[in-house]
Order: sequence, then structure tokens, then C-alpha cells
Amino acid sequence: MNYLFEAVKGALVLIFTFDPEVVTVTFLSLRVAISATFIAAVLGVPLAYFVATREFPGKGAVLTLFNTLMALPTVVVGLFCYSFLSRKGPLGFLDLLFTPSGIILGDIILAFPLIVGLTIAAVNAVDPRARLTAVSLGATPRQASLTILAEARFGLMAALFNGFGRVVAEVGSAMMLGGNIKGFTRTITTSIALETSKGEFAFAMALGIILLTVALSVNMFFRRLQSRNRL
Amino acid sequence: MKTGRCFVLAAVMAITATSPGWSADRLKLSSTTSTDNTGLLAYLLPKFEEKTGIKVDVIAVGTGKALKLAENGDVDVTLVHAPSSEKKFMDAGFGVNHQTIMANYFVIVGPESDPAGVRAAGNAEDAFKKIAASGSPFVSRGDNSGTHIKEQSIWKTVLGDLPTGKSWYLESGKGMGETLTIADEKMGYTLSDSGTYLKYSDKVDLKMLFTKPSDLLYNPYGIMAVNPEKQPHVNYAGALKLIEFMASPEGQKMIGGFEDKFGNRLFTPLVMGK
Repeated sequence: MNYLFEAVKGALVLIFTFDPEVVTVTFLSLRVAISATFIAAVLGVPLAYFVATREFPGKGAVLTLFNTLMALPTVVVGLFCYSFLSRKGPLGFLDLLFTPSGIILGDIILAFPLIVGLTIAAVNAVDPRARLTAVSLGATPRQASLTILAEARFGLMAALFNGFGRVVAEVGSAMMLGGNIKGFTRTITTSIALETSKGEFAFAMALGIILLTVALSVNMFFRRLQSRNRL
Repeated sequence: MKTGRCFVLAAVMAITATSPGWSADRLKLSSTTSTDNTGLLAYLLPKFEEKTGIKVDVIAVGTGKALKLAENGDVDVTLVHAPSSEKKFMDAGFGVNHQTIMANYFVIVGPESDPAGVRAAGNAEDAFKKIAASGSPFVSRGDNSGTHIKEQSIWKTVLGDLPTGKSWYLESGKGMGETLTIADEKMGYTLSDSGTYLKYSDKVDLKMLFTKPSDLLYNPYGIMAVNPEKQPHVNYAGALKLIEFMASPEGQKMIGGFEDKFGNRLFTPLVMGK
């Protein structure tokens, strides 16, 4: 019990003294997770909208595929990307391995199916009359689709949260693609793995508490946005 | 609402701003968990950076993976401890400028109570025999690291085969530090490099039970540059500078003077006086 208390105390000291190491890894974690979520959303939301609102042969298979990819193990993504980004792989010349961009790439692949799957569900949940109303009021197809997305905004937010949550918390792919390089590709989760391996449980615990705090703050920020946006 | 949106967008844009790329003044070093966990690299590399302006990015993995990364050209230089693997690596032409820079010893650690009676062993083979005979848990790294390779060669000598599948033989598949933690929790034995054990000695109840220096437990560390003829993109000049620094009187003196917080010297420099 004493040990837990020490860890919490250590965490508070690290947070409030703005320990440079902690600030660096926290910032990188945020940068990577937000970038990956943002890019995955830009690519995924239009695709999800398209899949949700059109009928085409093989749609069932596409939905099943995205639902399956939601459960993609992070180490598999890490391994897969490593074999592409390694110098002996086809994309070695891009020099992305062991860089923050490499981690972001892996995280986009992790967040993408989750965001697509949940956005499809959110768009499907919108009352079909919303579209009809918009069109009858003279909306262009683009305006109509924006209306639907606006109606689905809570589901959409949930999709983005989940995407962000998944990538900010994953360690498998960040470790393989980033290499846990001090001050360069060390994220909160790879730091926790390292400190645990070094037996520095208190420091690892402190980082864990910071990770939870970060997730909580981001969530609260979005919740406030949501509540202000209520119609 | 508008301001909120703008704020989010601005934040995203600020964060997605391009990251610093690689340049000639960065060097990627794949190394073993023992050199990283002991703090040796954190102590040596700032000095090297100060002298040369080259920033070294350390990727700490087991010897097996460290060599694999070097072979694939994903790093510029590698520092490992498994002479037999190093020789293979050099013979295959993956590496150049091999330099053995330092050494320490492997030690057998275990619980204070020492149920297998390792303390009374005459030599390392005998100690391993006693562990196998007693059926006390033995935690193996199981990760193809230098320590794991050494441990396997000892088992082969002692038992004629690896004890894989035996109920007392546990393969952690983790780095040295974690393996010490597991051995500690299991009240078992493990083979560790002396440096990592000394660094951890205040975190585990394990004791060094067999520390007699012997050829069998000798643990030299070698550094090699990735062959630029095989991997033209590597930072070969930087790799040479790092090897030169590690082997220089100054680097060797630093290695010899490196102590943990209890005042133990963790590595013996090898190039000095040659």
C-alpha cells in the first residue's frame, strides 16, 4: 500500500515540477495520438459516410471487414509496418522507421477501422427523414450530407474519442516502429514499458497516472464542446 | 462554438507540424538492454555528442534483434555482447570495423536461501548442474540476447541439451531487468550480466551466488559499424567516430570509471594499453 502511495506522490511531484522527461514523452504521445486520429478521421469519415449511405454489392463484407479490423492487435500492425518501413522493405527509402512519423503511420492504421466502423454506426442511426427534410428544403447533396453528419455528431465524437483512446494507449506498435528512443520517439506507453523493465515501478506508475489524466482532460474538453453544441 | 472549432484545428495543426527528420548529425545505435539499463550509454553518449555534435539514438533490444536491425540496415552501428554471433555477423560481411571495447562477467543469481546449493559449486558448469538437479525454478531470458546465447551454451555443455519444456525452466522472453524481477518473484535462479544485476540489486532480494571469474562466464562487448557497401544509406562516418570514441583512451577511461550508485564498477575497458 505504501508503494502505491509513494507512486502517486512521485507522480504528483513529476507533474507539478514539469519534469522535462515527462513533459517530452507526454507531448510526443499527444502529438502522435492527435495527428493519427486527425488523419484517420479525414480519411475515414468520408469513406464511412459513403459506405453507410450507399447500397452496393459486397457491403455486408465491407462492414464485417471493418468490424474485424477494429480488433487488430497493435503488435501485428507494428510488425506489418516494420516489414514495410525497414530498409529491406519496399518503403525503406522513406526513412520513417524509428521516427515519430513512423509511429503515427502505425497509429493511423489502428485508428482508421475503429473510426470508420463507429462512424458508419453513427450515420446509420440518424433518422432518414433528416436527409429528406434537407433535400426538400433545397439542400445540395453536399449540404444534405453535412446535415446528416451534423445530426450524427455525438456518434462521430464518440468515434474520434475511441480512435484517440486506442492510439494514445497502445504500446505494441509504438515500441516497434518508434524504437523507444530517448527524447525522440519515447511515448508515455513505451516509457512505462521501459521503466517497468528497469524495475522503476514508481516512475512507471507516475507515467500511468499522467496518461489517465491526459485521457481524462481530452475527454472533458470534448464533452464541454459537445454540451455547448447542444441544439 | 466557432472559437472551439478554431482552437481544435489550431491545436491539431500545431501538433502535426513536421517532425525533425534524420540528418548526418544523427546516428542510430542498436544496443543491448544491459548497456542501456545499466546507464552506461546515458553516461557516455552526452560526452560523445559534445565532442562531435552527433546525436545518438539508442534502440535498446536483445543482442539477436540488435544484430538483425544492423543486418537490415535500420541502424548505423551496433553494440552487442555475443562473440559467436558477432563473428557470424562480420563473416557474412554485414559489419565492418569490429572492436571489442569492454567486458564484465556473467553471474549466477538466486534466492538468499540457495536451495540448489550454488554457493558451494566449484565452477559454473557445476552450479548449473546443481540447479538442474534441485529442480528449483530457473528463469531464462529466452530472447536470443547475448546472455541467453551464453546460458544456452552452458546448458548444452552441462546437460547435453537445453532444458526447454522442463517444469522448472521458465523462459521470460524479456530483457535482463524484467527477467531478474521474474526470478525474484519466483524465488528462482537466473544468469545475469554483472552490470545489470548490480544496478538492480536494491530492487530484488536475489543474491549473487556464483561470481567466480571464469572463461566460461566472461562477457566481452563488441561494437561494429554497418557495412556501407551493403547499406549505402547508413551514417558510416558517424559510426566510425563512435567506435573511435569508445576505443579512445578518453572513452576507455570513462568506461573504466563508470560506477553504479553503490560504487561498483560495472565494466572493464579492454582497449587500454594495447
